[in-house]
Amino acid sequence: MNKFNVLDLWYSSPLVTLVVTGLVLLVLEGFRRKSQRMAFGVSAAGIIIAIGLTIVTYGENQPAFNNTFLQGTFGSFFSFVFLAAGLLSLILSREYLERLNIHRTEYYALVIFAIVGMMLMASAIDLVVLFLGVELMSLCLYVLAGFMRTRVTSNESALKYFLLGAFVTGFLLYGIALLYGTTGTTNLVTIGKNFEAYSGNAVFLLGVGMVMMGLSFKIAAAPFHLWAPDVYEGAPTSVTGFMSTAAKAAAFAAFITVFLRTFEFAGTKVSEILAILAAVSMMIGNIAAIAQNNVKRMLAYSSVAHAGYMLTGIAAGNEEGQIGIMFYLAAYVFMNLGAFSIVSLVEGQNDTRLSFDDYSGLSKQQPLLAALMSVFMFSLAGIPPLAGFFGKYYVFLAAVKADLTWLAILGVLTSLISVYYYLRLVVLMYFRDGEAQVAAKPSLGTIVAISLAAFLVLQLGLYPSLVVNIARGGF
Amino acid sequence: MIMTFETVLFYFLAAASIASAVMVITRRSPVMSVLFLIVNFFSLAGLYLTLHAQFIAVIQIIVYAGAIMVLFLFVIMLLNLGDEQRLAERISYKKMIAVGLSFAVLMEVLYVVAYSGTEFPTKNLERAVEIGTVEYIGRELFTTFLFPFEITSILLLAAIIGAVVMAKKKID
Amino acid sequence: MNLIEPLVKVVLILAVMLTLVILLVYSERRISAFIQNRIGPNRVGPKGILQAVADVVKLLMKEDIVPKNANKPIHDLAPMISIGVAMSTFAVIPIGGTMVLLGQSVRLMLADVNIGILYILALTSMGVYGITLAGWSSNSKYSLLGGLRSSAQLISYELSMGLSIVGVLLIAGTLQLDGIVQAQSAYIGGWLPAWNVFLQPVAFVTFVVSAFAETNRLPFDLPEAEPELVGGYHTEYSGLKFGLFMLSEYVNLVVASAIIVTLFLGGYSVPFAEYMNLSAQTVSLIQVLTFCVKTAGVILFFVVIRWTLPRFRYDQLMDLGWKVMLPIALANLVVTGFILAAFS
Repeated sequence: MNKFNVLDLWYSSPLVTLVVTGLVLLVLEGFRRKSQRMAFGVSAAGIIIAIGLTIVTYGENQPAFNNTFLQGTFGSFFSFVFLAAGLLSLILSREYLERLNIHRTEYYALVIFAIVGMMLMASAIDLVVLFLGVELMSLCLYVLAGFMRTRVTSNESALKYFLLGAFVTGFLLYGIALLYGTTGTTNLVTIGKNFEAYSGNAVFLLGVGMVMMGLSFKIAAAPFHLWAPDVYEGAPTSVTGFMSTAAKAAAFAAFITVFLRTFEFAGTKVSEILAILAAVSMMIGNIAAIAQNNVKRMLAYSSVAHAGYMLTGIAAGNEEGQIGIMFYLAAYVFMNLGAFSIVSLVEGQNDTRLSFDDYSGLSKQQPLLAALMSVFMFSLAGIPPLAGFFGKYYVFLAAVKADLTWLAILGVLTSLISVYYYLRLVVLMYFRDGEAQVAAKPSLGTIVAISLAAFLVLQLGLYPSLVVNIARGGF
Repeated sequence: MIMTFETVLFYFLAAASIASAVMVITRRSPVMSVLFLIVNFFSLAGLYLTLHAQFIAVIQIIVYAGAIMVLFLFVIMLLNLGDEQRLAERISYKKMIAVGLSFAVLMEVLYVVAYSGTEFPTKNLERAVEIGTVEYIGRELFTTFLFPFEITSILLLAAIIGAVVMAKKKID
Repeated sequence: MNLIEPLVKVVLILAVMLTLVILLVYSERRISAFIQNRIGPNRVGPKGILQAVADVVKLLMKEDIVPKNANKPIHDLAPMISIGVAMSTFAVIPIGGTMVLLGQSVRLMLADVNIGILYILALTSMGVYGITLAGWSSNSKYSLLGGLRSSAQLISYELSMGLSIVGVLLIAGTLQLDGIVQAQSAYIGGWLPAWNVFLQPVAFVTFVVSAFAETNRLPFDLPEAEPELVGGYHTEYSGLKFGLFMLSEYVNLVVASAIIVTLFLGGYSVPFAEYMNLSAQTVSLIQVLTFCVKTAGVILFFVVIRWTLPRFRYDQLMDLGWKVMLPIALANLVVTGFILAAFS
């Protein structure tokens, strides 16, 4: 039982590839000057190989490493999302980093290790591995948030994120300890099998509550969202893009693993609490976003709102909910990453050109970027036939099926609010004259990458079944 | 006879750890806080010993009390931090809410753990003696928990990179 | 539970240790005098052998001065930590095998903990606090610098010390000090005692160097470098508390030597004794004697080094620790692991 075979390494090969890539990057940094230039190539190659391996190992539904790790279908799906998001974000961040003079090899290494953490969160079937994944990801993000050391806002962002994150880690860990204390195991499969026996146990529920709290912080659901605006605003924009998409997807993967694939709380008090969390997030996120004048802060609050929409699917607790969230996340990753990459193109030195007004008249100067930004905004607002619409459609449908109609109605209403601030940006770009400009002429690679994200947003909207079928395989 | 001695020991150590933990956050001088934190680690190590986990107890002392806290002390002394005089400002309503909420959570946890009638897995002394040995922990770490063990090393590596990125004097 | 036996042992060990320290102080002063072409203490007692006793009496009589703005409780606590830690380390060191006394077989060590080495490491890591806190609580810049230097130094060298021990542990296969000694009583090729100094020569060197740093001895006595720091962390100490610091330093030296003997020089084991047909009683007596002789030899080595080598500069000390000793110890560990894996 305790023996390892080579197959374990095969199942975890995307993970191993990434770790090796990260180590190679560190060695490069140590032994070569100007290693940044090679670093991009090395990390891109590593991620692409990992994507290939993820696709090849898809469907290998075999627990590895003593039942702690299951790449299989669910994990593969999310790994693919993380890797794609990581690759896109690296392509998009290179010029931004060069422009702000923080182009360093460590950036790539930290992004790679963050992706490793995320993949662990999605593939873990053991609470210990899950926790380590959360920590690995968070640790890298803390540092990435403060990567622009000379800027005060970046330091503030890193410090806030770190202190609050460390505090919440305490809750998460205490929750895991309580779960272990009542069940005597950290293995989620075993806990899931005996779930009936524990579901009425008060200490067990206390542990569930603590874990819920810890993960809600990571997905930035209200009322655990207070860090998000400041952290998103202060961090380098390329990092914010990565953090608000891939990290959120990873936290949701962990949420799904614990609350949908292991526990069965549908229709109980616990799912009511989740529904309340979802409702509060949707309201606070959307209403607070209206008042923002800084585009990054607006996107931060919008990400709180999106966390609310996705939590609806978890509160529903049924298969449609899970598939809905998975589709939603795949769509959300690309649309939000695209939006942030355009923000990073417009942004100037020292936190300038981040307000709404700086986008007035962008369509005259940069018609292509304005058009792409509009696609992302429409999709975030949930306007058909873009991917964002179907994401919302699936989770709300799941909520209705689970007798949470009020939550679905609330979701639709708050989506209507959100249309205001998303479209405000579009209106400014197209119907207002202004001095909008981009900081530097984007290179062909950047344009292609952003266009690719926009294309995926369209594609997922037109053919949602592409993703839904893969997500369904996750059962 | 031995059981009662162990119980007395447990309550003594538990009280010491809670008292020292409270002292950590109430002291004005950071150095005193660090010292009480060390006391806290020692009482935890004592608690591990009552569970026959010698290895964990000693590692607790070597790693936390011996290495990490020395670094804490080192940094505090290097920065020559004074007493936190300014913390003694007036109490705002936000703080009251925070204290109230924390107290509520504490009460909830205490109530659930003490009065909900949950049966915890009982202490298995013979097994505890076996589990506490270095050999057992070593074998488990390199077989059952090999994967988490390796991830931990990546985690530490990432932490080192982070520290270097944050603290390096000159950015090239 | 038999409480008398451990109590007797504690008293005996303390007595022996204090006597050793007194002798050590005397011999250090005499040897240093010899090296520097002086005479050294020769008035108190025959050949000045009671000089240390006189020193102790003097320290006891002196006024205990606490600087004005010092943190009194910590200022008092620091020397206690130092001496307490130094003394209790000896508890797990076996000074002999089993001896039959008054019809009872007695293990010649205070406590046979099965994680003996970790116990020692834990205590040495605690020793830092005495020095660091002494430096901080005195409210003097010299003391503070001494305290800072010592904590940095001790942490740095603890790593290579721990790593060089691991090689020994790999060979012995136990953390028990008695087991490590017994593992060394075999022979390599039938004639060479299987002492770890022969099996782990690299680890021996790194361990001894680290031991110098851990005991704050020259050439690594930066924490109390007189020309720079007046007296280092104990500048502001006087009387009994100063005496306690001095005492703990010497006790540390004795303990470090005893550990070196136990880990690398065969401990109490006497090579070829089993061929001599001696009675068990004699063997155990010889064992204790052997242990004492070996330890005394290592101590003398420490003393001679102190009076022959100049002091390192601080950055050199750190360079040596992190860039030389640590990689060497790591490499040694890897090589040892591979060799053991290949031959098992």
